[in-house]
Amino acid sequence: MAEFHKPKALTDATLHYCPGCTHGIIHRLVAEAIDELGIQGQSICVASVGCSVMAYDYFDVDCVQAAHGRAPAVATGVKRSDPSKIVFTYQGDGDLASIGTAEIVHASARRENITVIFVNNAIYGMTGGQMAPTTLPGMVTQTSPYGRDVNTVGFPMKMCEMLSKVDGAAYLERVAVNNVANVRKAKKAILHAFKNQVEGKGFSLVEVISSCPTNWGKSPEKALEFIQTDMIPYYPLGVYKDIYAEGGNN
Amino acid sequence: MSEKVLMKGNEAIAEAAIKAGCRYYFGYPITPQTEVAAYMSKRMPKIGGTFLQAESEIAAINMVIGVSSTGKRVMTSSSSPGVSLKSEGISYLAGCDLPALVVNVQRGGPGLGGIQPSQSDYFQATKGGSHGDYHNIVLAPSSVSEMAMLTAKGFNLADKYRMVCMILADGTMGQMMEPVAIDDIVIEEVEKPWALTGTNCARPRNIVNSLYLKPEQLEQKNFERFEKYKKVEENEVMYESYMMDDAEICIVSFGITSRVSKNAIVTARAKGIKVGMIRPITLWPFPKKPILDAADKVKAFITVEMNMGQMIQDVELAERCKKPVYLCNRTGGMIPSPEEVLASIEKVNGGEN
Repeated sequence: MAEFHKPKALTDATLHYCPGCTHGIIHRLVAEAIDELGIQGQSICVASVGCSVMAYDYFDVDCVQAAHGRAPAVATGVKRSDPSKIVFTYQGDGDLASIGTAEIVHASARRENITVIFVNNAIYGMTGGQMAPTTLPGMVTQTSPYGRDVNTVGFPMKMCEMLSKVDGAAYLERVAVNNVANVRKAKKAILHAFKNQVEGKGFSLVEVISSCPTNWGKSPEKALEFIQTDMIPYYPLGVYKDIYAEGGNN
Repeated sequence: MSEKVLMKGNEAIAEAAIKAGCRYYFGYPITPQTEVAAYMSKRMPKIGGTFLQAESEIAAINMVIGVSSTGKRVMTSSSSPGVSLKSEGISYLAGCDLPALVVNVQRGGPGLGGIQPSQSDYFQATKGGSHGDYHNIVLAPSSVSEMAMLTAKGFNLADKYRMVCMILADGTMGQMMEPVAIDDIVIEEVEKPWALTGTNCARPRNIVNSLYLKPEQLEQKNFERFEKYKKVEENEVMYESYMMDDAEICIVSFGITSRVSKNAIVTARAKGIKVGMIRPITLWPFPKKPILDAADKVKAFITVEMNMGQMIQDVELAERCKKPVYLCNRTGGMIPSPEEVLASIEKVNGGEN
């Protein structure tokens, strides 16, 4: 019978995330992947700006905290400095899909051998629930109080779909953490994205559909349901690109 | 002494950086500093270094942050509008206490401005330029050989104090060719126990970070940083004193305008006007003391600048308004001629203003 342990790659710090937020699950999956690959001592985390800004308090590896959206550029510098290190960014949707759009597109175009964990909860959590680039059409937020009107503010960004057209991207998968089956798939994808880097296979990104009960105004349970009923239909799960898979594109 | 070769100022910066142990360059094309990137793109791959043309100035400075956080020497270069874009990253470098060399080969502004030489980023360079309480060390070369020498020194200073060191040049300095011997470069190695090198599971993790949510912690961090800045002000001021022994008028000028001023001084001296010059080499820390000392001996100061009068404020502060300070300037990419500087000297000497 397997025992349940805290992964070594997580510190003992108490997470600051709201009750019901799935960042904690994603942190754990990342740490488990690091443990399983035995790369804790070689890993360098690039934290971003948003709810996960203090990721440097939670991952027990060397960390640098990047400016809003710039984590892929900082990670590029870290990785180019020492390609033997395992470099990963942990970014939210405002960070990666709005202010940092250029950085993520070009890091993928360069096929930087880094791992990107992209947490998409369709809202700016840290600043109190504003409309994100990934906020669903019609969704009410602090800055879209009448619901996101795509005719005035435009459409949500589908990053996996978009990056799948970038030749340099090696592996792109969208997963969710709203139920046990999906968490297991998310674990597999995150492990794959780190393994790719260890094997020098280039830019790997896992988009994780996550919940924000606080700013969605839902109970944790209802928030997980919302992922299933509203988020996943708009952001379909699956592998968007894997150049090394059988029949994988370029 | 090695043989002198004819080089552009921009190329001298690049070669000196390589000789100073810099193996990482990130940049984005912009006139009039493109030769730095071009030189690096040729040389870096041949010496096991990294040249990367980034998607933007913003990305370039953040790549600099990445390399610097691993403890290695790294640089970027740009010109005025590009340096504005890098400002965000420069503040983060300051907030993370990371060393880096940033080169600004200035052009006229504001906005897209022009592509001719300028010194109008003086305020931006010396007063911070981005958000928060911080300083950069700012070095102002006035010859191609100083472009090289100060680049090498800049890396040492950046490492020593864990600060951004900025080379504040201008389009003329970047483009002009002079014979230069890039030798005698001393790399002052500094231990970097804070660097991100992976823990190897053998030491506590290192964190490079500028976020302090507790105000008392951030205040303390800023106090500590300013203690460091105080040491820089005490120990690292550099300036050249030119014909100041008997001077009654003191020109203060840096970079290309200091060379124009030297010509004017020689002509003025031939006409019997006792004029000299203090040329700041460090713009921050500013050579306050020599200017204050000069205030007791001279009857007036003239700053010669290619802007609407920026350094003049530091001169007035340094000499505590003991003597009048006049401005001789051109802007927008125009360079003052020796005749214009001479006219200014004669006017001040005649007691007019």
